Amino acid sequence: MTDPMPNIEGLVCPVPLLHNRQVVLGHGSGGRMSYELISKLFLPPLDNPILRAGDDAGVVSLPSGDDPHALRLAVSTDSHVVMPLFFPGGDIGRLAVCGTVNDVAMMGAEPMYLTAGFVLEEGLDFDLLGRVIASMQSAAHEAQVKVIAGDTKVVQRGKADGLYINTTGIGIIPKMVNIRGSNAQPGDVVLLSGTIGDHGIAVLAARGELYFDAQISSDVAPLNSLVSAMLHVSDNIHVLRDPTRGGLATTLNEIAIQSNVGIQIHEDSIPVKPAVSAACEMLGFDPLYVANEGKLIAIVGKDHADELLAVMHSHPLGIDASIIGTVTDEPGQHVTLRTTLGTTRLVDMLSGEMLPRIC
Amino acid sequence: MKYIAEYRDSTRVHTVMDEIARIVHRPWVIMEICGGQTHSIMRYGLDQLLPTGIELVHGPGCPVCVTSLEMIDKALAIAAQPGVIFTSYGDMLRVPGSDRDLFSMRASGADVRVVYSSLDALKIAQENPDKQVVFFAIGFETTAPANAMSVFQAKKLGLKNYSLLVSHVRVPPAMHVILGSASNRVRGFLAAGHVCAVMGYWEYAPIAQKYKVPIVVTGFEPVDIAQGILYTVKQLEKGRYDVENAYARVVSFEGNQPAQKLISQVFEECDQTWRGIGNIPASGWKLNSDYKDFDASERFQVQAIKPKESPLCIAGQILQGLKKPYNCPAFGSQCTPEHPLGATMVSSEGACAAYYRYGRPQ
Amino acid sequence: MCLAVPGKIIEIYEAKGLLMGKIDFGGVIREACLTYVPEAKVGDYTIIHVGFALNLIDEQEAMETLALLDEISRQDTET
Repeated sequence: MTDPMPNIEGLVCPVPLLHNRQVVLGHGSGGRMSYELISKLFLPPLDNPILRAGDDAGVVSLPSGDDPHALRLAVSTDSHVVMPLFFPGGDIGRLAVCGTVNDVAMMGAEPMYLTAGFVLEEGLDFDLLGRVIASMQSAAHEAQVKVIAGDTKVVQRGKADGLYINTTGIGIIPKMVNIRGSNAQPGDVVLLSGTIGDHGIAVLAARGELYFDAQISSDVAPLNSLVSAMLHVSDNIHVLRDPTRGGLATTLNEIAIQSNVGIQIHEDSIPVKPAVSAACEMLGFDPLYVANEGKLIAIVGKDHADELLAVMHSHPLGIDASIIGTVTDEPGQHVTLRTTLGTTRLVDMLSGEMLPRIC
Repeated sequence: MKYIAEYRDSTRVHTVMDEIARIVHRPWVIMEICGGQTHSIMRYGLDQLLPTGIELVHGPGCPVCVTSLEMIDKALAIAAQPGVIFTSYGDMLRVPGSDRDLFSMRASGADVRVVYSSLDALKIAQENPDKQVVFFAIGFETTAPANAMSVFQAKKLGLKNYSLLVSHVRVPPAMHVILGSASNRVRGFLAAGHVCAVMGYWEYAPIAQKYKVPIVVTGFEPVDIAQGILYTVKQLEKGRYDVENAYARVVSFEGNQPAQKLISQVFEECDQTWRGIGNIPASGWKLNSDYKDFDASERFQVQAIKPKESPLCIAGQILQGLKKPYNCPAFGSQCTPEHPLGATMVSSEGACAAYYRYGRPQ
Repeated sequence: MCLAVPGKIIEIYEAKGLLMGKIDFGGVIREACLTYVPEAKVGDYTIIHVGFALNLIDEQEAMETLALLDEISRQDTET
């Protein structure tokens, strides 16, 4: 660096990002760089308590105030920019529906309606677009949601990787449900609904740049019926979150920070498909950081853990569910892993983009 | 997976660690030369299983970390040129040059692409005959056969639009520098298993004899590393200083002959600057005269920008095993994986990154 | 410096004058260059670094090493 390093202590927003003065791909990876981009550039000007809560969806009360009959709504938005548009197990359309349905469901809300905004690249084939829309309809039907508003824009050739989709979803949070990222408490148990890394590896293989074949399909699926089944047997679910970009590790770190607790997970109990494991070995990736699109983490009071696990096992999206760890007091705001050897190490958030390494 | 699971078996690891604890009677400082070994040690917490007398220090075995600042700046200058597709192994993209990295070059419009294999870079050249494709050929001896093959093929196929930016480093000269340093504390070495898979381990006997230091060829899985440490400690306790092979399923004394042959056909020895350490004579490889037409730094006439290293970065001392990452005033504050000041924080194999990622919180 | 992963050779062929193979890493298949292991046969295990086979894995050596380690364990439990 040719400039002297600025003093980091005491810097207040709004301040441009250190080191990077432009957006790089790492800012989209869902890891620490994304986190920094949001907290340093987006939050300060847009700040309000709802946004600051930092959960998968914003929660609003209508009408506002202390009206005992107020409805609580969870509202979430997600943009989908996946390449390639079609991959084993799914496509951008299915992703667009499930991603937002899941974010709403992670607040304990029943997703009801979606909007869908499309940015279409000039030259996009009508048949392909038709297949994407059919897939959205199918996913919406599976999730029992309706698309009630939409928008389309067209941009010049070369500007949208074919197609970008944004969806926004709303759902009603049942009266007694209080599920937020800040609710984890020491003593809670951490449940994971199934194998990690499937989606990220499936898409990477489909992209073709690294020239490998993996018999792996994306796990993209709407999780609201699983959440429903879980809420049916327990009122002691404190946190729900789906570990998408940035993977299980990043999501657990976010929760540890929001709840100001420690989380310890056990390597032995984290389910990973052999082919996902093999792909990660080859590329030097850690499955803990690879994206998922059909899995959830539940942090629950320990007396309900076994019952919830049983309910998850009986649901098609939870057959590989597992208890993977516990919430602790210390080390606060950190996630640790007990390795297969019995040693303990820190699990950090994903930093920037995951890159295949030679070393 | 076969040949992986057996070497991660917890019982086996503990057995070896218990044996080390049983036989060790004096404190020893052992260096592992390879970034991949550092990564494995930190990722599995193997240092937590060692008896307190054994201290592991981490050597300069991360090719991403030791690629010279001048070479990174050359890479950036070439990538910036129009009509160039700059291809590289993934870990190089985040390494900071004097003021940018390849990632931010891409953000500014340069065509920078990650490849898994050098042959993929060659493929890109064949598919884009109107562009100049440059491949950033870095690495230790392990990667030299792969890098060499791509330019060997390019010459055979008569490709005019493919060139290599070469920055290879060799392990034995670095070991001489470390062991020959007045402040050296290292008493035993875990040699890099995959470097030796290519080169064999015939080069290490003179080093072991000269500095009276046992050198054990070691693999990368927890059992392999534990075993390498065990053999080293056994020798140290007995006052021996031989070269031993604890990675015999992959490494032979002579190494891989076809690979060494191609390396000598394509490369020749040269002096090399190691980032953070300085110039080490005869510690590198460059394209020889038969292949100089494929040398990207000649083809692109890049003016070497005067490199400017961050004054805070103590990577050099870390790479030589003299300091630990947490001794650095910038570690974890001004220098993190997101804003690295030096290369040891960038590469996932770099000691600083490994400590940051896997270290126990203070 | 050396992320190299063991894999099983499931196919061998020539492409553009190079000996190449398909490697199964345990559910993931990728092509690799086998030019440096000309003696390779289908079914052999090899260690792959950046798309190149560096050496074949010597099953005999592997078994002997593991046996040695298990011997240490046996001795420890006996003493």
